[in-house]
Amino acid sequence: MPPPRTPERKLRHRLAELRGPEVQAKALDARALAALAANPGCRRRAILDGAGVNKAALASALGSPSVFGQSQFAFVRGNAFEAKVKADGGTELLRLAHEKLDRSAEPPTAARVPDLTAPGPAGCLERTRLALREAAEAAAADPGTWTLLDHPMLALDVAGSPAFLEPDAVVVHPDGSWTVVEIKSFPMLDGAADPSKVGAAARQAAVYVLALEEVAGRLDPPPRVRHRILLVCPKDFSNLPTASAVDVRKQRAVTARQLARLTRIEEIADALPEGTCFSPELPAEQLTAAVESVPATYAPECLSACELAFHCRDRSRAAGAVTSLGRPVRAELGGLTTVRDVLAAAHGRAGDPDDPVVAALRRAAALRAEALGTAAAAAPAAVREVAPCR
Amino acid sequence: MSLITTLARLEAVSTGRARPAATVRHRHLSTRPLVFVPLTTAGEAGAPLGALVGTDRDAPRLLVVPQPRDRDLRFAFLAELADVVLPYVDGFAGAVEAAERTETDPETGKRVKVEVELCADAPQLIVPSRAGIDLVRLLGRSMRFRRTAEQDPETPFPAPPRVPLLGRWLTHFGERARVPGSSLLLAMTDVLARHWATGQSTLEDQHLGALLAWIAPPEGRSGAEAAQEAELARDADGQLVCPPAGPATDPAFDNKLLAPAIERYDRARTALAAAEDGLEADARLGALTAAERDVRALVESRTRPTWDAVWRGLDLLRELPQGARVEERWTRDRWSFTGHRDRVLAGEPPQPRRDDAVTAANKLAVREREQARLEAQEALDDPLVMAGRRLAGEAFAGEVVDVVMAYSESKRPSPRPLVTVRTDDRPHLGERTRVYRTLGGKPQTAEFAGYEDGGPDAGGDDGDDGGLLIVLRIMDKMGRGKEPEEGSVPEKGDRVCFTLFEHEPRGGAKLPDPEETPWTHGGPPGEEAAVPETADPVTEEDLL
Repeated sequence: MPPPRTPERKLRHRLAELRGPEVQAKALDARALAALAANPGCRRRAILDGAGVNKAALASALGSPSVFGQSQFAFVRGNAFEAKVKADGGTELLRLAHEKLDRSAEPPTAARVPDLTAPGPAGCLERTRLALREAAEAAAADPGTWTLLDHPMLALDVAGSPAFLEPDAVVVHPDGSWTVVEIKSFPMLDGAADPSKVGAAARQAAVYVLALEEVAGRLDPPPRVRHRILLVCPKDFSNLPTASAVDVRKQRAVTARQLARLTRIEEIADALPEGTCFSPELPAEQLTAAVESVPATYAPECLSACELAFHCRDRSRAAGAVTSLGRPVRAELGGLTTVRDVLAAAHGRAGDPDDPVVAALRRAAALRAEALGTAAAAAPAAVREVAPCR
Repeated sequence: MSLITTLARLEAVSTGRARPAATVRHRHLSTRPLVFVPLTTAGEAGAPLGALVGTDRDAPRLLVVPQPRDRDLRFAFLAELADVVLPYVDGFAGAVEAAERTETDPETGKRVKVEVELCADAPQLIVPSRAGIDLVRLLGRSMRFRRTAEQDPETPFPAPPRVPLLGRWLTHFGERARVPGSSLLLAMTDVLARHWATGQSTLEDQHLGALLAWIAPPEGRSGAEAAQEAELARDADGQLVCPPAGPATDPAFDNKLLAPAIERYDRARTALAAAEDGLEADARLGALTAAERDVRALVESRTRPTWDAVWRGLDLLRELPQGARVEERWTRDRWSFTGHRDRVLAGEPPQPRRDDAVTAANKLAVREREQARLEAQEALDDPLVMAGRRLAGEAFAGEVVDVVMAYSESKRPSPRPLVTVRTDDRPHLGERTRVYRTLGGKPQTAEFAGYEDGGPDAGGDDGDDGGLLIVLRIMDKMGRGKEPEEGSVPEKGDRVCFTLFEHEPRGGAKLPDPEETPWTHGGPPGEEAAVPETADPVTEEDLL
């Protein structure tokens, strides 16, 4: 019996159409989550991620392939480290969780590690929910029970469509509370790790916390999802695991807020012309037109977060947008958004002199020309070429 | 970024070539720098894969770790690196000049001048990018607590003799690089980006190949085009034509070329170990040598373009005349080098893992002071930087239109001439704000006494006439007599430039000695401080 055609199903159908026939949806991975945080206002990224389009394949089809890739050395090492951390029924991992997060609880001896394998993400999702419920019951029945969920499957509603998420692990404490575990292979050197990498891990974990809270909300009584996550990293220059509790309350709040104000995918999808499709099979002109039909907000930060960034950068540069030089530049220039406008205003060919931005630009241009002129006069070899003074 | 730099970037976009962001060179460049182009293995905590290092642009030394996970090969690499870096560093330790330093006499507690040695020149390390500086610091940290067989015969995996010393020097270079304006360890991308504004964002400026393409594009091509090609162009095998400056390698290179080569090396090594007689071993040794040569060739093919790029960057920077106050900052680098040389000679232990409270506070204070000094000195050296400060209202330049002699009201009246300056700038002057100008290399102080015509808010014709008339009272540097010394007071018609910031910013209050550390900061170092730092425990799992 076909299920009823609810609005939700309709949207899902619409997104499948955008993805193209017979194309599997791509799960929202860590990079997509990072992009979400880096550029929440980008409609292009929102609809492509929401529809589960493989942006890397799309970028290649557009002729601006992304440069993301993982070295097999990093991959092997990351996997080896994760396996080491979880080896032996997660003994080491639970010891770290006990030491860093829950010292008052019973030390873990033999932890439950339920099997979570199931066909398809939806099946895994169900298995995870079940395992979490059972863990709560087990903890209530026998105080002192620890449960480790290895690669559970979670779902989160992102702009109207469910995104599947797979944290490295979730620990259920004896008091029934839950902790997200992130295992990363960058080193913790003398107790400190690279702040930018820790920040990325915290943002990622915050999304898992939100997804877990959704699961917890459906249980009675709802278990507590801890806001301090466990970050496990190699210690110094070794392969031995060490851990640190990271407070993700702030990242959680930011992500929750961004998810809530994400442009509804439905709205974006509705604004698209009929028959739009992002399948990488299509010819490049057709794809370019499809991608162009959704506006993007490119900034250089996209380069490290979004597979489509080089395509958007080419467009942004071709349009002469000043944002391609960085968001601070854009912020400085007020209402002038293109390179041509700014230069025309600076050299007095356009713009209202009473506009403070235009006035400041003209003063800047005059001062720059004067400085370059005096430098050139003082030492002709100093400046490789003299600025055109207009 | 000031509006002037932004404007330069936009000009670069429209002309397709980087525009000058400075008219003089603001960093010292040694006549004989040591260039270091390292590569690391992805996923490991800075495990070296290889490096090009040396002072001769035509003959770099290639160091390679054919199997980065092998501890002995890594130690061999570090020992070889020590053989290049330490003789270079030692080469500067010998030539000294006499200098004076004020120290507190331990007995009397008075400040006295003592004669000390100051190295006549200092070594300079140049890496391609900022990530290279981080790697230097990381390598330093990984080596300085190692134990050699001589220091500790019991140690399970003794390091080669000079490796811990190299660790201490690299740590010193890495620490010094955090001081603004220092030049002991420079990242080429940072220095180039300081002197040129490109038509791309600061993030993209981190790519050395792209940055150079903007500054000096190949004949007949625009910088934008050349930069994009440097960033993205790949050959038929999918390899980047311009390899990244490292120390991280391109994943496509790792997966397609490096991993198979390392695997071949491993296989050849296993085969050699399993050889049963001398004849067989000879043949297999040949295979191992060939496999190692392959890895070396791969590493060289990825580092050599970066090596050449760094030297090209040096050529470009040398074309700029050196700023007048750069030499003074280099002298501070020489002091820093001499200080560390003395600590090593005195047999002091390696730098601790964590600084104590007083050392940390001192380091922060130094960095703050040097930052202020750098900002002031760059502006004084370079009219283009000064233009930025003038735009920001922190300085003003103009013509002297009137000088009126006046005297202070003390018992022995001193000259306090009133100078009127006409300027188009809009400085943020408050009542009795102090302003400074350079007079014979020294700062002369003046005080803002008021506006001649009522100030920037007076009258409606602001902006289209001769600008502001600022009245200043000159305060010092006029000699002891009743009449100011010749040339110490600006004359009518002179062009002058006054700054609102001090030319020689002073640091904050003096910090206490370590023994006087307040309890709020952990108290005086106790007994645990007397115990030397332990070596890193070495395990089978060690990666570096």
